[in-house]
Amino acid sequence: MGMLSERLKSLASNNKKALVAYIVAGDPEPGVTVPLMHRLVENGVDVIELGVPFSDPEAEGPVIQLAHERALAHNVSLGNCLEMAAEFRQADQVTPIVLMGYLNPVETMGYENFAVKAASAGVNGTIIVNLPPEEAVDMSAILESNDIEPVYLLAPTTTDERARMICQASKGFVYYVSLKGTTGAGNLDINDVSEKMERFKKLSELPIMVGFGVKDGPGARAIVQVADGAVVGSAIVKLMAEHKDDLKKLSDEVGQFVSELRAAID
Amino acid sequence: MSNLDGNNESLFAYPDESGHFGQFGGKFVSETLMAALQDLESEYYRLRQDITFQEELQRDLSEYVGRASPLYFAKRLTTQAGGAKIYLKREDLNHTGAHKINNCIGQALLAKYMGKPRVIAETGAGQHGVASATVAARFGLECQVYMGSEDIKRQSLNVYRMKLLGAEVVPVHSGSKTLKDALNEAMRDWVTNVDDTHYIIGTVAGPHPYPMLVRNFQAIIGEETKRQFAEQHGGLPNAVVACVGGGSNAMGIFYPFLEDREVRLIGVEAAGYGLASGRHAAPLNEGAVGVLHGNRTYLMGDANGQIVETHSISAGLDYPGVGPEHAFLKDVRRAEYVAVDDTEALDAFRALNKLEGILPALESSHAVAYGLKLASKMDPDESIVINLSGRGDKDIPTVAKLDGISID
Repeated sequence: MGMLSERLKSLASNNKKALVAYIVAGDPEPGVTVPLMHRLVENGVDVIELGVPFSDPEAEGPVIQLAHERALAHNVSLGNCLEMAAEFRQADQVTPIVLMGYLNPVETMGYENFAVKAASAGVNGTIIVNLPPEEAVDMSAILESNDIEPVYLLAPTTTDERARMICQASKGFVYYVSLKGTTGAGNLDINDVSEKMERFKKLSELPIMVGFGVKDGPGARAIVQVADGAVVGSAIVKLMAEHKDDLKKLSDEVGQFVSELRAAID
Repeated sequence: MSNLDGNNESLFAYPDESGHFGQFGGKFVSETLMAALQDLESEYYRLRQDITFQEELQRDLSEYVGRASPLYFAKRLTTQAGGAKIYLKREDLNHTGAHKINNCIGQALLAKYMGKPRVIAETGAGQHGVASATVAARFGLECQVYMGSEDIKRQSLNVYRMKLLGAEVVPVHSGSKTLKDALNEAMRDWVTNVDDTHYIIGTVAGPHPYPMLVRNFQAIIGEETKRQFAEQHGGLPNAVVACVGGGSNAMGIFYPFLEDREVRLIGVEAAGYGLASGRHAAPLNEGAVGVLHGNRTYLMGDANGQIVETHSISAGLDYPGVGPEHAFLKDVRRAEYVAVDDTEALDAFRALNKLEGILPALESSHAVAYGLKLASKMDPDESIVINLSGRGDKDIPTVAKLDGISID
């Protein structure tokens, strides 16, 4: 079992819900990322989703698109992201890191090469947004043989038949994208999420995390009533954008925000 | 019939059930879109057999678009080249001035039969946007067109034209602010509004079933060409030449000839400032295999897998990817892909004006440029067909500016 599965299991057995935080590696500049990852953990984050910058982030809303652009202005590559993961791992051997990004940088690095390098950097899972399980048979096998858990997505439009297949392919957890739309779009309809979760929970043996649209403490609290954890991305990235010219303030504000989220879900 | 790799499968057997052309194509999209793609696929298969749908499509193609488009023997161009006989397939004479309308009519009808009141489209030069806005007006559909803010600056005529047609043009400020970013933004819109919206992709790219259905709507170009050539000349042409950006006009004219192995199929990419300059839009010549906009294909990317900015004098060819079936046809060596630079395309643009009284789009001028070179090396008893995919009215300001003339 990978570090990601272990951590989520131990949370569940302690009756705790997971707080998953997303930042883009290298946003607003490369030096910020690793210290901020530690700060997230200090303030109660259980799993870090590290966004890999891509020139064409199709599924992202404007907030996260701009974060990708800020990181790319510093030429942050997939290789750089793995270096950041490795640096973080030197001081923290317990917090799972899930890389989240798009297929082309991984395809360019080569699946095998990527899996070996990611494993040795201490990466524990992947979410490749534009890689549904049907297209990922080769990738999943290579990742799993390197102890990296591939996480797949469920959407409001996913049929039961597909959901069964996705929950089977996913490892660690299943990520429920709670909105039709891009990251950070719209407002959460908790009744709708609750309905969908009831359906998906019957199909999944894995914990289900809910993301896209979780913006604040009350939102996160509502989500964990019906799910195993909440993913917060755009709200953190937006805060970072607001304070990108004052890095100390950026770190303080993000730390403060995350500790509020933690308090809200516990 | 066996192809050059010794595979006995007919080339008409592609894509396979999962939407792949060999290793290319597929459905590389976020989960939110999977259900919409499956719906589109099953609706398309159903409507393909539906007599009412087919009759409506045929009627619109003939009475609204003006098909069949002529196949024209270009006598003076032939004399100039001094070799094979050159025929032009006149897609420039279609309503709205390019082949784009063939696909847009088909997809707007799909939207209508699927009960979707709203369509969206991406556009680079504006031709596909204009064609989409046109059919939306024709069928009474709401229409939004995504266009990079850089392209909006370069193509003000088409932007205004879309507005006249009742469409809303939405500027895209992200990334390189060009066609690829417009495509990203249209996908984002579709993810959000998938219940009431059909996305009219303008080329043979995107996730399955788009490369297949756009090809099938464009295949009428090749079907007519085959019939017209047999009537006018007899037999089959020795070669068919078409420009390739995303590749829809090329796929449309190539497809009916795929199993006529004696016919050379030649796609012409944009070499921009020259292949050696790195500033071009020729992924089949210089790119690498990757994944973008829902499919695996040849792409212009850097060493880290980021998509790079492309250059071509013709905005319609200025795209870093190419339809997956072209990638496949390249790898199985059924089609050849060459590249023509900005200067050669401009020379051909001028030559066709002066020799035949035809104003070609800069996109199509790439095909004309290569066709002239090719014909000059062939025998007079041989023939080639060049797909003249669009007319060049939209390009007059660009060319005039190069001549130092302002016509604003």
